[in-house]
Amino acid sequence: MSKYTEDDLREELETKEYEYGFYTDIESETFAKGLNEDVVRAISKKKNEPKWMTDWRLEAFRVWSKMEEPEWANVSYKKPEFQEIAYYSAPKQKPKLNSIDEVDPDLLATFEKLGISLEEQKRLANVAVDIVIDSVSVATTFKKTLGEKGIIFMPISEAIQEHPELVKKYLGTVVPTSDNFYAALNSAVFSDGSFCYIPKGVRCPMELSTYFRINEGGTGQFERTLVVADKGSFVSYLEGCTAPSRDENQLHAAVVELIALDDAEIKYSTVQNWYPGNSEGKGGVYNFVTKRGLCETNAKISWTQVETGSAITWKYPSCILKGNNSVGEFYSIAVTNNYQQADTGTKMIHLGKNTKSTIISKGISAGKSQNSYRGLVQINSRAENARNFSQCDSLLMGNKCGAHTFPYIEVKNKTAQVEHEATTSKIGEEQLFYCNQRGIDTEKAIALIVNGFSKEVLNKLPMEFAVEAQKLLEISLEGSVG
Amino acid sequence: MLKIENLKASVDNKSILKGLNLEVNAGEVHAIMGPNGAGKSTLANIIAGKEEYEVDHGTIELNGEDISELAPEERAHIGVFLSFQYPVEIPGVSVTNFIKTAINENRKAKGLEEMPAKNMLKMIREKSELLEIDRKFLSRSLNEGFSGGEKKRNEIFQMAMLEPKLAILDETDSGLDIDALRIVANGVNKLKSKDNAVIVITHYQRLLDYIVPDFVHVLHDGKIVKTGDASLALELEAKGYDWIKEEMIS
Repeated sequence: MSKYTEDDLREELETKEYEYGFYTDIESETFAKGLNEDVVRAISKKKNEPKWMTDWRLEAFRVWSKMEEPEWANVSYKKPEFQEIAYYSAPKQKPKLNSIDEVDPDLLATFEKLGISLEEQKRLANVAVDIVIDSVSVATTFKKTLGEKGIIFMPISEAIQEHPELVKKYLGTVVPTSDNFYAALNSAVFSDGSFCYIPKGVRCPMELSTYFRINEGGTGQFERTLVVADKGSFVSYLEGCTAPSRDENQLHAAVVELIALDDAEIKYSTVQNWYPGNSEGKGGVYNFVTKRGLCETNAKISWTQVETGSAITWKYPSCILKGNNSVGEFYSIAVTNNYQQADTGTKMIHLGKNTKSTIISKGISAGKSQNSYRGLVQINSRAENARNFSQCDSLLMGNKCGAHTFPYIEVKNKTAQVEHEATTSKIGEEQLFYCNQRGIDTEKAIALIVNGFSKEVLNKLPMEFAVEAQKLLEISLEGSVG
Repeated sequence: MLKIENLKASVDNKSILKGLNLEVNAGEVHAIMGPNGAGKSTLANIIAGKEEYEVDHGTIELNGEDISELAPEERAHIGVFLSFQYPVEIPGVSVTNFIKTAINENRKAKGLEEMPAKNMLKMIREKSELLEIDRKFLSRSLNEGFSGGEKKRNEIFQMAMLEPKLAILDETDSGLDIDALRIVANGVNKLKSKDNAVIVITHYQRLLDYIVPDFVHVLHDGKIVKTGDASLALELEAKGYDWIKEEMIS
């Protein structure tokens, strides 16, 4: 009789190696390591930026120089040596491509390995893909269709050249350069990212999608994303990530700013699968991300995230509910395995009247990992009739992992209604035996149980992303059973 | 179909079954009765292959194949079904999704394609009617917030869907009111055929009014100490178990 105790299960989970552990040798240009004002100027010059942009970066750098790394998160790691990082890496020839055939074949092969072949993506219904490889976009599709609706979707470096008035108006308005250590660093050195603008009253006809990867070893990745939905518009934005296997830790500090003007709606979905480090906890990406959205009157922002990767995750997609009747939502699945550490959650800042927020967080911990939910619900004094509902569920596998919940609730208006629910459960022997007895093997049973646990959040993802996310959940948790 | 010979089994090094013999043929219904702690549930779990139960001696054969080394899911694939005394909850997994997964995993093990949705739907309709289960019930999370009766009815529904060769009903009557008992028993009776067999584990005669056994076995201290026909169950109901113990001593 084959045995499969909880200890076996844990052990098998720990031996799971990263699926996408490969490195593509694409010629790239990298700056010398280290950071100072000259490096910031050089990045800006490299990108041929206007003076206001250079000044903005320098201001951010000066603020950053005086800041300390935050230490309040429930994670422990060796701090990155910031002078040992190269702050710019770009594929050597930046091609201006008219068709996919002109893309570097090695690069295309990489995408094939990831199962996101561009060829396929292009044909896939309604997904426009803007790919960021080592900080510089190399291919943009569906630009024309979007152009007809007046939608701008391009690398932010191009947007700075072509739509400086829009970028200047909104960049840093939701996440100021001085917001936090990593946001300041990003502001100083970001090399690229995406910019998206949806004009008044336009409903974006397709899901906008970006795949990020980290490629060059030892290179920090600092993307900057800015999404502006003008009055009465709607956009659904997908962000997916995966990275090659590396020995040294890779720093990733992105900033995403969303602006939903009156009556606009932004749906922002992320599937994150950065390299989590090996089963001894060596290597892996450090992911320090600042994501925040601003809602004007009657506007709505929904964050949905599926986090399965990174050695360290520090990420709190948040909503500032400034306008009356605005709505913020946060749906999250965070999976940690082996030695991964995640401290993730959200902030819902209620400023306007009748503002509403919903938080659904699902944490799944396996191996020796630590999984923390940290969330702030703040109801300010003028936010009459604000409503919040929070639900934080944790699922544990094995008995060496940890799940933690840190809810912060600040209410300054007595008309507020704030609800918080939390549960912790464990995949039990009894559940596994029950599934086994019905002919379902243990690996499939775990996938079934985990998907059931995560269902409320998976349901929030756009269809094509939901399938990918389910697959990722299975990959991150499956052991090579049997 | 099922042949158990001189089975000795333990859990946590505690000996529970102490030389049990049982033979069940296709088309038969066997009832296993006995006082608390006699080893009834152990027998059910050990046939199903629960891992903490250790076979120390003897054999368990299903259709001539020794199954005592098979994983629980492998036993399921060759037709062993256990209706649990305490079915577990699986939040977020609907009754439909669960049974669909189970059926397709069983088919996969047999090298068959997944069951086409149309056939699955038809089957679900038939079987849920048989057990008086409504559509809404099928969309609920498996066993979550189910009443005792709903849980047991769902077990029998799964049995109906999976069409096992050997079904073991472990105290399926516990927690059932009289109406639910009738529905469940009626379901089991309709599923009975000359090709399958049922083992009913119970404390009480009550269920056996509805599912009439061909054989009644009394399990005491890890062994079958008496075997008879349906009338034995009535006798036990009237007289309790003590007379059997006395009979054993004398």
